[in-house]
Order: sequence, then C-alpha cells, then structure tokens
Amino acid sequence: MAPLDVTSDSIFWRVNDLTVSYGKALALSSVSIDIRKTGVTAIIGPSGCGKSSFLCCLNRLSEMIPGCCVSGRIEIQRENILATRFDSTSLRRRVGLIFQKPNPFPMSIRRNLELPLREHGMRDSREVDSTITRCLTEVGLWSEVKDRLDAPALSLSGGQQQRLCIARALVLKPDALLMDEPCSALDPVSTAVVESLIQSLSKNYTIVMVTHNLRQARRLGSDVAFFWMRDGAGMLIEAGSSDQIFNSPRHELTQRYVLGQVA
Amino acid sequence: MSVALDDRPTNASGHGRLLVLALTWLAPAIVAAAFLWLIGDVVLRGIGGVDWNFIVDVPRNAGRAGGIAPIIVSTFLVILVCVAVAVPLSLFAALFLAEFSRASVPMSRIIRLSLNCLAAVPSIVFGIFGNALFCVALGMGYSILSGGLTLACMVLPILIRTMENAIRAVPEDYRLGAAALGLSKSQVIIRVILPLSIPGLLVGLLLGVGRALAETAALVFTSGYVDRMPSSLLDSGRTLSIHILDLSMNVAGGDKNAYASVLVLGVLILVINSGIAALLFFSKRRSGLTS
Ligand SMILES: Nc1ncnc2c1ncn2[C@@H]1O[C@H](COP(=O)(O)OP(=O)(O)OP(=O)(O)O)[C@@H](O)[C@H]1O
Ligand SMILES: [Mg+2]
Repeated sequence: MAPLDVTSDSIFWRVNDLTVSYGKALALSSVSIDIRKTGVTAIIGPSGCGKSSFLCCLNRLSEMIPGCCVSGRIEIQRENILATRFDSTSLRRRVGLIFQKPNPFPMSIRRNLELPLREHGMRDSREVDSTITRCLTEVGLWSEVKDRLDAPALSLSGGQQQRLCIARALVLKPDALLMDEPCSALDPVSTAVVESLIQSLSKNYTIVMVTHNLRQARRLGSDVAFFWMRDGAGMLIEAGSSDQIFNSPRHELTQRYVLGQVA
Repeated sequence: MSVALDDRPTNASGHGRLLVLALTWLAPAIVAAAFLWLIGDVVLRGIGGVDWNFIVDVPRNAGRAGGIAPIIVSTFLVILVCVAVAVPLSLFAALFLAEFSRASVPMSRIIRLSLNCLAAVPSIVFGIFGNALFCVALGMGYSILSGGLTLACMVLPILIRTMENAIRAVPEDYRLGAAALGLSKSQVIIRVILPLSIPGLLVGLLLGVGRALAETAALVFTSGYVDRMPSSLLDSGRTLSIHILDLSMNVAGGDKNAYASVLVLGVLILVINSGIAALLFFSKRRSGLTS
C-alpha cells in the first residue's frame, strides 16, 4: 500500500503489516497505512471486514478481547505501541474510543465524567468541576444537562448518551479519538448533532471514524480507508484523500463500492 | 376469533387448557396457603410469649421461662464472624473466577467443581468437620468463633457462586469502556465492576446470611448449647435456631417459648431481608437502571 503523500511529523499512527486474528480465524491481514494528525480519517467497508478490529489495535484495546492476537507494528512518534513493554493504559488515556452503542456507566452524569478524572489523579474539586463544564460545553450538552448533573446518565436520550461518552473521553485531554460507527445507533436528528460535533472536534483532535454510511464518510472524512474481505480475512484495499477515493479510486473494487454497486 | 372446523380436537385441547389453567392457579394457591398457615401458626402461638421482657431477659428453667437475650446476642455474634470471614474470602474468590481466569482454565474448573460438591454437602458434615478442625485441632473449643467459622465454610460455595454471577453480569461494554479510558485492571474492578455488581453481591449476602441464620446442625458441635450471655468470641453461645431445636425436642413444656423464639427469628430474617431490599432499591435508583 502506497503511503499517503505527507511528511512524517504530520502522521499520528504509522501502521505496518498489522495482522489480527481471533484464535485461528484471521480477521485482518497485513494492513499498512499512515493516519494523519489533522482531519478525520473515515474507515469504510462491508460488515465483518475488520474495521472494528483495526480500530481496537490503535489504542491496544485489542489486548482486552479474549483470543485476540495482534502482530505487526504500529508507531506513534516512532515508538511501537504494540511492544509489550509499551504502557497501554497511558496510550488509552491519549487515545479515546467511542463505541458504536453508547455506553455511559449506569451512574450519575457527573460521576461518569468525574470517574476518569479522579482515577487519573485530579484531586482538586474545582478543577474537576471546571473540566466537566468545559467538556460538556464542548460536546454541546452543557445547556441540556447543567441542571441535572446528578441524574442517572441512562436517563438521557441515545444521542445525549453518545455525546456524554464523547465528553467522557475528552475530559482526559486526549490527542486522538477513535469512533466506531458513532452514529449508527442514533436517529437522524441526533446523528446530525453528533456529526457536526465530530466536525468541530476534528479541528483539535485526530479522529479515526468507522462508518457504514458513505455519505457520512464523504461529508466528514478528509481521508478515507477502504477495507474489504477476501477469503474470510479483512484487508485494506486502498487509502487516500476523500476526494481521491470517491472521485478517482485506483481500484475497481473501490469504485464499485463507493458507487454502491457491490452488496 | 377463529372458528375451528373440527371441534373434537379443539374440545380435547380445550379440556387440556382448562386443566393446565386450573393447575397453574392451584399450585401457587397451595404454596400461598401453606405459607400463610405456617406464618399464622407461628404468629398466633408465638405472639403471646413475646414481650419486652422476653427480649431482654436471660433464659430461666432451661428456657421454659425468662427470655432469650443471650441467645440473640450469640446469634448476632455467630453471624458476624461468619460474614466477616466469608464475605471477603468469597469476594476475592469470585473476582478471581470472574475476572482473572478464563472459564476453561483447569484451575477454575477445579475450583468450580469443588464448590459444587461443597454446596451439596449436608450441614451436619460441616458440623463434624468444624468440630474436628476449629474446636479440636485449632483449640478453639466449643465457641462462637468455631461456630461462625464453620458457618463461613458452609456458606462459602453459595456466596462465591452468587458473587461470581453478579460480577459476570456486569456487561462487557462497561469493562471495555472503562479500559478505553486508560484505567488499569484494578481501577476498572474497583471503580466500575464492583460498584455495578453491588445489587447482585447483596443478593448473595442475603442468601448466605439467611442460610446461616437457619442453620442448626453445623452449630450443634461447634458453637454449642450454652445459653449464658457470651463474654467473648471464645465462649460457647447458643443461637436462636439451636434454642428452638432444644426447646422443642429436649425440654418438656418449652413449646410456648419455642414458638416465641421462632417468631423472633422470623422477624429478624424479615428485617434483614427488607434492609437489603432497601439497599438494592436505592443502589438501583442511583444508577438509573430500572427501579
Ligand atoms: N471478539 C471476537 N471473537 C472472535 N471473532 C471476532 C471477535 N470480534 C470480531 N471477530 C471476527 O473478526 C472479523 C472482523 O470483525 P470486526 O468486528 O472487526 O468487523 P467490522 O468490520 O467492524 O464489522 P461491522 O461493520 O459489522 O462492525 C469478523 O469475522 C468477526 O467475526
Ligand atoms: Mg464493527
């Protein structure tokens, strides 16, 4: 796979020959891609082609999944994050992950945001409060929940829950956010809200987003990576700027996929 | 409403339905009646014997007269020892089984198998085992300590199993969500998994305490019969269930106070149950899970 035409310090992740398997089943074979610091990298491809598996490797959450075996190299600032001695908890602190299904903890809204802060050593209550306010404002939730911070997070709507999860990732001041189909469990109105949120977050954070929605990938993605499944194993077909993938793809498969001509 | 063309099978299944319907009403009615009869019997016969004096006085004339103050104290102490030992042990064992070992690993299979066997052991066997180990080998004699420790061994399997299930019942989403926030494994367990499994853990505690309160056979040979007020955990002490057993089996004319003691035990169980139910209710309401 030809690397994107960019200089090396504008790269966040440098993925080289990444292979993921679950037990004996190969899920992703030999993926190499550079992911840029700026903008949104959208990952598209049919179901089961290993998009989520790929995403989980970028913050090493893969090691939490029983049976998941990862090989290859993923570099952040020249350091291999897949090396066993690499501190994966501090990596996850720098790289937030938003799940497909909103998963706020069944605790109060405040506690959801306070928990990661306190666990990462923030003691000062005023600092905690101001961080909570800042992040809720950043995701546009502040005005909706400021009077009910002690209400259960599960009492929020799906879209609000997803934004709360994004806020929860933001309290740790990450450099990057991984999003696994962040809108697929949401109605169109909430989707529009979250989409514009992603757009505004992309100014400050590196974002990698999996989506099944090609129009969403086109709207939000500055880069696009197209995954495909061959012989039961996922692989990267091609990656490039959004413009290039959608308008002049190098592979016929990509062409057919973005035109909706393959199932 | 659909009309069957051939009404014989419909009729037959109609009878069958009626029978099933009757049975589904009859069975719970029988259960409810038996329960009400039991409660009614105990309350009617016991209420006369229960007054303030019965609670605060010591037993006199082998329990025929006087009260049950030392017996209530001994019961509490035995349960306290049992809970203090069994709960932390079970919690760590459950955490090990649920969080640190795959279900297929030989180690955890052996543990599960032995727990299942232990759960099926009759309590008299625990009594004899407790006597041999705690009273004799460890030199604790007939004492509240021996009794509580024996009970702890006895409730361990049930506690571990319910606690393991409670911990496993925390959805994987929350585990991954917490790990994705850069929390270490121990932080995930302490801050997320344990708080979220509290309702299930409480249910386990309830089952364990209920079982311990009802136990007699395991205590006869360990905490003993002595009905004096215990002055330390190394004193022998008689629990409510043993007192009831003794009054009804060995003491002629002890029936009235036996019933009164049953009533006290019943109320105690009710209070503990409602207390834990209240805790459950509040912890669920706070989390926003269904009331
Ligand atoms: N925990 C797991 N255990 C075993 N196999 C898994 C696990 N997770 C994923 N797989 C397998 O790995 C392959 C890739 O899965 P993955 O979830 O990464 O696909 P995906 O592209 O995200 O699909 P979707 O678009 O449906 O979310 C699939 O064949 C799947 O069956
Ligand atoms: Mg997926």
